[in-house]
Amino acid sequence: MPGASGGAGASLADRPADPVVGRVAPHESAALHVTGRAQYTDDLAARTSGVLTAWPVQSTHAHARISLDVAPAYEVAGVVRVLTADDVPGVNDAGVKHDEPLFPAEAMFHGHALAWVLGETPEAARLGAAAVRVEAEPLPSIVTLREAIEAGSFQGIPRTVVRGDAVEALRTASLVLEGVSEFGGQEHFYLETHASFAVRDGDGQYLVQCSTQHPSETQEIVAHVLGIPSHEVTVQQLRMGGGFGGKEMQPHGFAAIAALGAKLTGRPVRLRLDRTHDLTMTGKRHPFHIAWRAGFTGDGGLLALEATLTSDGGWSLDLSEPVMTRALCHIDNAYWIPNVRAHGRVAKTNLPSNTAFRGFGGPQGVFLIEDVLGRAAPLLGIEPERLREQNFYRPGQTTPYGQLVKDAERMPAIWSRLKEECDHDARRGEIDAFNRAHTQVKRGLAITPIKFGISFNFTAFNQAGALVQVYKDGSVLVNHGGTEMGQGLHTKMLQVAATALGVEAHRVRLAPTRTDKVPNTSATAASSGADLNGGAVKHACEQIRDRLAEVAAPRLGIDPGEVRFGGGVVRGPGAGGPELRFDELVAIAYLERVQLFAAGYYRTEGLEWDLDRMQGSPFKYFAYGAAAAEVEVDGFTGEYRLRRVDIVHDVGDSLSPLIDLGQIEGGYVQGVGWLTLEELLWDTGDGPNRGRLLTQSASTYKLPSFSEMPEVFNVHLFENAREDGAVYGSKAVGEPPLMLAFSAREALRAAVGAFGAPGRAVELASPATPEAVFRAVEAARAGAVERVASAPVGREASIASDAPAAREPVAARPEG
Amino acid sequence: MEEPVLTVNARRRPLTGVTAHTTALDWLRSTGLTGAKEGCAEGECGACAVLVATPDDEGGTTWTAVNSCLVPVAALDGQEVVTAEGLGDPESLHPVQRGLAESGGSQCGYCTPGFVCSIAAEFYRADRAPAAIATEGGDTAEHGPNGFDLHALGGNLCRCTGYRPIRDAAYALGGPDEGDPLAERRTQPAPAPVATDFEGGGARFVRPTTLDAALRLLHDEPSAVAVAGSTDLGVEVNLRGRRDPLLVAIDRLDELRGFRVDDDAVELGAALPLSEVERRLDGRVPLLAQLIPQFASRLIRNRATLGGNLGTGSPIGDAPPALIALDARLVLASLDGEREVGVADYFTGYRETVLAPGELIRAVRIPLPLARLTAFHKIAKRRFDDISSVALGFALDLDGGVVTAARIGLGGVAATPLRAHATEAALVGEPWSLETVRRAAAVLAGEGTPMSDHRASSEYRSLMLGNALVKLFHRDAEAAPDRAGVPA
Repeated sequence: MPGASGGAGASLADRPADPVVGRVAPHESAALHVTGRAQYTDDLAARTSGVLTAWPVQSTHAHARISLDVAPAYEVAGVVRVLTADDVPGVNDAGVKHDEPLFPAEAMFHGHALAWVLGETPEAARLGAAAVRVEAEPLPSIVTLREAIEAGSFQGIPRTVVRGDAVEALRTASLVLEGVSEFGGQEHFYLETHASFAVRDGDGQYLVQCSTQHPSETQEIVAHVLGIPSHEVTVQQLRMGGGFGGKEMQPHGFAAIAALGAKLTGRPVRLRLDRTHDLTMTGKRHPFHIAWRAGFTGDGGLLALEATLTSDGGWSLDLSEPVMTRALCHIDNAYWIPNVRAHGRVAKTNLPSNTAFRGFGGPQGVFLIEDVLGRAAPLLGIEPERLREQNFYRPGQTTPYGQLVKDAERMPAIWSRLKEECDHDARRGEIDAFNRAHTQVKRGLAITPIKFGISFNFTAFNQAGALVQVYKDGSVLVNHGGTEMGQGLHTKMLQVAATALGVEAHRVRLAPTRTDKVPNTSATAASSGADLNGGAVKHACEQIRDRLAEVAAPRLGIDPGEVRFGGGVVRGPGAGGPELRFDELVAIAYLERVQLFAAGYYRTEGLEWDLDRMQGSPFKYFAYGAAAAEVEVDGFTGEYRLRRVDIVHDVGDSLSPLIDLGQIEGGYVQGVGWLTLEELLWDTGDGPNRGRLLTQSASTYKLPSFSEMPEVFNVHLFENAREDGAVYGSKAVGEPPLMLAFSAREALRAAVGAFGAPGRAVELASPATPEAVFRAVEAARAGAVERVASAPVGREASIASDAPAAREPVAARPEG
Repeated sequence: MEEPVLTVNARRRPLTGVTAHTTALDWLRSTGLTGAKEGCAEGECGACAVLVATPDDEGGTTWTAVNSCLVPVAALDGQEVVTAEGLGDPESLHPVQRGLAESGGSQCGYCTPGFVCSIAAEFYRADRAPAAIATEGGDTAEHGPNGFDLHALGGNLCRCTGYRPIRDAAYALGGPDEGDPLAERRTQPAPAPVATDFEGGGARFVRPTTLDAALRLLHDEPSAVAVAGSTDLGVEVNLRGRRDPLLVAIDRLDELRGFRVDDDAVELGAALPLSEVERRLDGRVPLLAQLIPQFASRLIRNRATLGGNLGTGSPIGDAPPALIALDARLVLASLDGEREVGVADYFTGYRETVLAPGELIRAVRIPLPLARLTAFHKIAKRRFDDISSVALGFALDLDGGVVTAARIGLGGVAATPLRAHATEAALVGEPWSLETVRRAAAVLAGEGTPMSDHRASSEYRSLMLGNALVKLFHRDAEAAPDRAGVPA
């Protein structure tokens, strides 16, 4: 029975002696990366002759009924074909919810692709697209979250998490804070934009090269658009130039366009979005609007949280529902909140359809509680890091959705380790002294935790397959269903296979991900790539290893159960006995007609989730971490520098420490980008460009560069952290570190607060751009801010309200 | 005229099938060299970076990293280019490649070939030495112990790593080995510019060999567009489909590449790349030494020129506010001869200037002596490589605690760069004190008519103007406490 046990006696988490997992290994493609030899989807197209290029005809209206006259495009030299809805033999839809027509009759957002032009050259396709005449009858549009809320424009099924009685608890709380937290989305800005390249071979089979995190779903959509069964379509994914969730759902339509073009022209078709296409057409991290009330006991205990979370789903559902589910499952972050009522709903707007992005709603949920705690700490007169620490989960407690918080003791252990590593107490004193000595520049230090649930909330996705092949020379080829987007999955799988087979790493090679090797795969997402595919690869390898043990045992004069595989050598348990080289054994096994390949399968055991009730145990385990960040803010301009960041993060027993370090550092900086720098701005006026993205290129949408990386950056992996429920005792690492970036936001809040009087709440817009920070500094300096008239002056009541930077007033309701 | 050729990774390749607007990136990829990538097509991400052999000051060669997405390949006729593929291969990695690979400096790998080229340019920089630390603003965090200048990577974006391993790999580099072919290549002259004239895709690309020939062409062909570094035009070509029928390359004209310092002026050739201006000035004009590291990225500065920044007439170019403060004059050349115009008088409207048809900016002349207190303030979202929300150039003279002269240039606050006359008047003759500065700052905050856009709000822009003056005062007071009447 394949599954959690991983087969043949060994437990999933146990490691053999001297395993290849756990060693420092560079990315398995690093030598190809640095020499420019690594191939990406569009590189394949560049090396193929006779390729047509696809170019979109984009809507210039946020919402309009449209009709097309494509004839002028055919007058452009080099235009071969214009693709429209009439050309679709199957289902005219690019998604799985059947709410996103591939060729729409109504333009649903500014930039929506209405038709595609195939040209002999990119120039011909571009000019052809410009020549297509679009008749548009404008319709009313909604282009902000607030407009959607006012208009009651929602989509999908709303969800509510409830525990205890939040309304009643808020009535008895010593301090009640009320507010609205609004924060922006985030563009993935994978360096490689969306790309597909489709070829139809002489037998009519389609091979679609696609930069996709979910090849099986890409295959399904291509098949349903073409009206053919899945077995006629193979999707191959060599590697992505970054994904971050942006290629989980959104590549499907582009792949379908390329395949449809290949069908209709008989020529290879490439489709690579340019940066502005990608920015204006594809979805991003969901912006949220959260109205909330939070109640505390007099000594800072979280008592209740009541919140309505509204996300901007854009024009279609895409993954907005599960993103909201995960947001609702992370409003607790690492904190015990006895009474919770959180309602989540997805707004429908005339903007690109928002989608998965590293953290998948988790960051938005965590934003809420960290914002609440950051605002509340000065009002409670408690240092923020103490307020956070005192509310950590204790062993035995459960989340608001009813899951036991496994390994809850890790959070305070990580917290105190981090405080030591970052020299917290001494630096706090230095920073206070610095701030006393400087009026125009202030520093802030903050420390925030993360607890992140690992597994797909959608239980069916928690399965994976692999195909491992050992050739007669002892070399090993591993296929699995996961995709490589830079996160190092293939490196980890190489290490898992080498460990499970007991061979040296150089014997193992990873094959490109293909739907004809491993079918029905899940998206490489939810940080679960290594957990799921690692389980499957290990299972496949162990089947082969067990067969080889049967061959080796008589030659070594021992029982098959005693055969040990390691370092490319096969031997018995004791020292000095006979040995066989792995390749020798493989050659013998072949001659003895032993099967040297195996399909592996894994599914995560122990998950149960009632989506309707939002109760159960959707996660196999939690990943923990904490970060301490120090910033310096210039009071003249609001500009700031990230002076130092220290992180302690729990990756279980690491499969590959260099890879995990890269995920932690990269996730952190990406999170800092979301919270401080990256700003998506749209034309929200009533003019002709309503709904147009204003930040539609790299010169206007700024991601972190070297100037935003922490000047000192120390990352420590939490030690002796074996996770029994995952492959070789490891934990998922892709998403959780992104949310460590709240430490930078909270450090900015602390530095801003230092410009004003103590005991006041600081509100900070998100992203906290220099301008936003400057406004917060001005508000803090203004001292601002009227006190609530009837409130006694004391730690429960000195509330800053309606500061210029605040978008919503904050009110206190002190009780005794 | 001979068929255009380009030497790539030591192999001569004919430029076949190209148009006047084909970018070096697209051409390289069409030849199978797909290491360089298009990440943004506007010189922001550096995924397309390659090395070009350019002349150094001593008759040898410098390996200069440029954005291949912005350079028309025709502009490289007769030149030498090295790509990531040419530096090493997987079986024998170049030291830069090995360092980056082993340190975890690549994740998805898409930006990596560009990083490799930018790092390699710094690896081969002849004057890179530990002693070179802190010439740009004195921040040692931005220089490695090996003299590696982090600003060399300011035009390369990575979305995966968070940059730390890339920085550490760069800072751990030694120097080229004995016999390193690219290091040896530096001792030989760089390829000379090649007279080029060809048509492709309905457009013509001409590289004249003399200024007169260039001026003649610009005079005779009203549709002709002069192009130097192509860091602005390249963006128009890639993002907005601009296709001029005639491009006239002026970036290698000797007359536009002069560099002269005499008793009464510094003269900078209008087509000198900003990196070269920075290197040759070597801090002699402190205001420019502050400006240039903030002027786009090194990759851009390796091609961008003062003439180009002024020629586009943009209201947010970073050079004009600095040059206005320096009281710089522009030497304009045409078939009729030369004339001079002050930078402050050069701009006439939104992207409009006094430049007549057929006229070129030949040089920028900065009068000496320089003002005693100068500064360049740039407010932007991102510290490296961003477009200014506002930019200010300050040049003040103080005598006995009194402001005796003031010139302040502003960018980003009106349809043209501005000179802050009212603020200057509020300062001159007044004591250099916090009180004066606060009063003048209020005037400065009211100069111009800034707009709200995706970079900043109009209110913030105005506040930043005034604050810049107060900040300047505080910084000056910290640096020279005896100069100001009031302590910081």
